[in-house]
Amino acid sequence: MLELKNITFTLPDGKNITDNITLTIPDGKMIAITGPNGGGKTTLAKLIIGIQRASSGQIIFNGQDITDLSVSERANCGISYGFQIPVTFKGFTVRDILNLAAGRELSLDECKELLGTVGLCAHDYINRELNKSLSGGEMKRIEIATVLARGDKTYLSIFDEPEAGIDIWSFRELIGVLDGLRSNKKCSQIIISHQERLLETADEIVLVAGGKIEAVGTPDEILPLLRMENTSGCDCPKGRTVSK
Amino acid sequence: MNNITEKMLKIITDYGNLEKASYNIREDGECVGRRSTKNVSIEPLFDRSGIEIKVKPNTKGETVYIPACLTKSGVNDLVYNDFYIGENSDVTIVAGCAVHTDGEEESLHNGIHRFFLGKYSKVTYIEKHIGEGNGDGARKIDPVTEIELEEGASIILDTLQIGGVDYSDRKTIAKLASKAKMLVRERIMTDKDEKAITDFEVELNGEDSGVDIISRSVAKGNSYQGYSSKIIGRTRCTGHSECDAILSENGRVDATPSLTAESKDASLIHEAAIGKIAGEQIIKLCSLGLTEEEAERKIIEGFLK
Repeated sequence: MLELKNITFTLPDGKNITDNITLTIPDGKMIAITGPNGGGKTTLAKLIIGIQRASSGQIIFNGQDITDLSVSERANCGISYGFQIPVTFKGFTVRDILNLAAGRELSLDECKELLGTVGLCAHDYINRELNKSLSGGEMKRIEIATVLARGDKTYLSIFDEPEAGIDIWSFRELIGVLDGLRSNKKCSQIIISHQERLLETADEIVLVAGGKIEAVGTPDEILPLLRMENTSGCDCPKGRTVSK
Repeated sequence: MNNITEKMLKIITDYGNLEKASYNIREDGECVGRRSTKNVSIEPLFDRSGIEIKVKPNTKGETVYIPACLTKSGVNDLVYNDFYIGENSDVTIVAGCAVHTDGEEESLHNGIHRFFLGKYSKVTYIEKHIGEGNGDGARKIDPVTEIELEEGASIILDTLQIGGVDYSDRKTIAKLASKAKMLVRERIMTDKDEKAITDFEVELNGEDSGVDIISRSVAKGNSYQGYSSKIIGRTRCTGHSECDAILSENGRVDATPSLTAESKDASLIHEAAIGKIAGEQIIKLCSLGLTEEEAERKIIEGFLK
């Protein structure tokens, strides 16, 4: 279980990117975070994995205070993160990054299974370098595969816009991958997304805008708000402010 | 052959297959082993120190080993290796130089390789340079490679210099006839006060000739690396060079690419990127559970692989 207690992240100019966020992610649940661009969603994810450090507040993961732990230490506590924009590595092959994620040499069959799960043929990709010759969608799928490769070391998976760039691979397959992770009742997931089809599969949707939680509820409660007329011009409207 | 040579040979050549291959092993300026095969003859040069390697036309799949080792300080070795590759051949040449000094005097190895590739022949040239030993004597190497590719010939140069060489100055000069191709994969890592210079000059003289030079380097400690390439396109041809360098600590790198197009049909590109390891790469690997130090080591290993 992940508990965020009054998490605030303030820029040097005094602007709060997240503002006093308190949220609990129970085990075995998939929580979707949505909201307008620039609203603080990715910053919230980075605060959880430790890429950004909270200016104030506390993060408790499975009963342990991880507020001051490094990215590596949090990863070793069981938090995995699929980056919004996957990182390229000259000289690293797809197999190299999967091995590093798994913490051991994976067999060819294991690589095939991981890549097959994200809709890639291992034969075509396993020796490809993680460079700009791969499309955004291909990189995104490999990024998801690195999270999956961590296997039972993960108790919390965070995916930042997993659907971005995935144009051929169907949403149904992506949802299948996320459901597969969900079947482990000890693990929870945070999905940052703008896509209604992903949002509607979540146990709960958290609407974040302006660095604050605007609403929390089931998809049935939150999606109607998001479908309301969009006055902000964003692809994911903020919706009306409702009581939490 | 002494123990140091034997040990260093294993690093250079992985030489499990020497038994059936042609080879010439040079130790401290002297030949300590040589064998020719039916298709590959290795003979000493008469007028200079070195060897002449002749590969018969249509020879396929053979490997030639020509390692050189300096096992003590105070040696200044200059060697010429001339390769004549027959038409339609396809061979691998494994070369390399290991310099081991335990003394105070410097040791220097100058290898001058000249390649003459016949029509539609193909050579894969693999070269490793290593330096080791505990002495203060400087370990220096100055390899020169001259290449002439006839019509349709191709050469792959795969070179590696990982640490321990105090000073290296390598020069590679190539002339390509029509449809000839040259591919270079060079990896250099320097540390401490080491200095490594690499310089390419490629003339694309024939139609549809092409060169692709990819140099990857890591400069650590107080080391310095200099990269320069000059590609001259005289007709319809393609040239590409890429210099990627990672800087660590006080490492310094100069990259000086030069492209000269003497024909409107020459298509020449250069890319260069120098900088420290991208922070996002470290963070990504840390998010997989590696420490920052482990992440940096893995990134450099992968980069130079």
